[in-house]
Amino acid sequence: MNAIYILWLRELKRYTRSRAMIVASLGQPLLYLLVLGFGLGPVFQKAGNGDYIQFIAPGIIGMSVLFTSVFSGIGLLWDRQFGFLKETLVAPVPRVAVMVGKTLGGATVATIQGLLVLAICLIAGFRPVNWLMLPVALFFMILTAFVFAGLGVAIGSKLQDIQGMQLIMNFVVLPIYFLSGALFPLNGLPSVLSVLTKIDPLSYGIDALRYVLLGTSQFAPEISVAVLGVAALIFVGLGSYSFSKIQL
Amino acid sequence: MIKVENLSKKFGEVSAVDDVSFDVAAGEVFAFLGPNGAGKTTTIKMLTTLLKPTSGSIEIDGLDPATHSNEVRKRFGIVFQDSSLDQDLTAEENMDLHGVLYHVPRKVRHERTEMLLRLFELWDRRKDFVKTFSGGMRRRLEIARGFLHTPKILFLDEPTLGLDPQSRNQLWTHVKNLNKTEGVTVFLTTHYMDEAERVADRIAVIDHGQIIAQGTPDELKKQTETDSLEAAFLALTGSSIRDESADSADQMRQMAKMWRK
Ligand SMILES: Nc1ncnc2c1ncn2[C@@H]1O[C@H](COP(=O)(O)OP(=O)(O)O)[C@@H](O)[C@H]1O
Ligand SMILES: [Mg+2]
Repeated sequence: MNAIYILWLRELKRYTRSRAMIVASLGQPLLYLLVLGFGLGPVFQKAGNGDYIQFIAPGIIGMSVLFTSVFSGIGLLWDRQFGFLKETLVAPVPRVAVMVGKTLGGATVATIQGLLVLAICLIAGFRPVNWLMLPVALFFMILTAFVFAGLGVAIGSKLQDIQGMQLIMNFVVLPIYFLSGALFPLNGLPSVLSVLTKIDPLSYGIDALRYVLLGTSQFAPEISVAVLGVAALIFVGLGSYSFSKIQL
Repeated sequence: MIKVENLSKKFGEVSAVDDVSFDVAAGEVFAFLGPNGAGKTTTIKMLTTLLKPTSGSIEIDGLDPATHSNEVRKRFGIVFQDSSLDQDLTAEENMDLHGVLYHVPRKVRHERTEMLLRLFELWDRRKDFVKTFSGGMRRRLEIARGFLHTPKILFLDEPTLGLDPQSRNQLWTHVKNLNKTEGVTVFLTTHYMDEAERVADRIAVIDHGQIIAQGTPDELKKQTETDSLEAAFLALTGSSIRDESADSADQMRQMAKMWRK
């Protein structure tokens, strides 16, 4: 139990100490929000879809949660390269505890990041339909963060080098992002695309955020909760498994 | 306490450890002496649950590290050959994290941390991030951390690499002391003859993954008809120079530094 706590705390310390990284990681969502929000806004409106800033804000929050949580897991690559991984792997605590500490830490950091981006969105002019629903939005951010922190650990346990990391970025993380409906509405897509978006867990995370913040959604919120819950279990399970198999 | 039979590890075609057998009795100080690339670290990794053997058997306190990894981990402490510190934490935080992972009660943790950091002259820098430390300081911290808890078996993989003479002295005094007063079994690797001779009860000379001689320092000298362990070592391993190929981990670290800027 203490082991989980201390490893969780480590993730948090590493996050709060990398101020430059935090600023940099907030710059990207801000850029998306401004460039896409104001750039594509008029087109989006003409197509009869309403205010684009309102639409993409939940998508950008989802994006930050995705990136931050996956990258906390992929951080295992640094732990491996800088040697710290050995320290945790020979410690007399079950590997599952080490993994859980790491995942909890990653999910916490990703949730904080999501909240920061939400704040930025609010400053940029985003307005939720019902302020009282913000705690529910937090709940969905946490759930989404767990899904992808688990996935991150599952991937991070296997990664051996930076090339691998770039592959993962291009062929896993970005597709998850672009197929999630973060940037475009999920209705009326060509069928192949539509299927892909439906197996992407992030679609449900972002859709649920839209439900909560905008009052409109593609899926029923119960479905989103169920899908995210199951995905979290699967990925955290997968993460524990591949973490327990690490050899150095 | 440690029982190894016909242990082998292959990385693809390379036999890093090749049919190695040895026993270490409880309370003994046992040294693996061998040149770079001999297979010392690989052996330690298999003993400490980090790597699965290709074949052969290991017993640590009667338990197989491959199947009872968690039980085995409760029995040993280890100082690794290369860094295993978190560079983004302070010296004190690294000690604390270790203490928590090894179930050292808070009070003892704080007392021992202070004692050890003072002993290895890091107390004044305890609040500094490890990434600001010199190589020697990191090494000292690594060793101080290894002594935070008292295990049944202590593994030391080339612990004196990069240490100044004073710290070396502190280290071996401490190891001998632990061995005498607490009966800790010590398994160490080194490629310095004088160290092996100074601290080890028994020595196994390993080269190219195989143990080529085993015994007390005196037995080894007698066996090779030499009068110093150094001469014995050279007689056993020949005098060709071994190079540790610059491994990809070093390159990665370089790249990682650039990435983090
Ligand atoms: N992960 C690995 N993959 C491939 N070869 C390895 C790996 N680890 C060690 N080796 C090789 O195994 C041999 C023994 O290495 P090692 O046990 O580190 O030697 P020592 O610790 O005695 O210097 C070396 O030839 C080394 O290159
Ligand atoms: Mg070695």
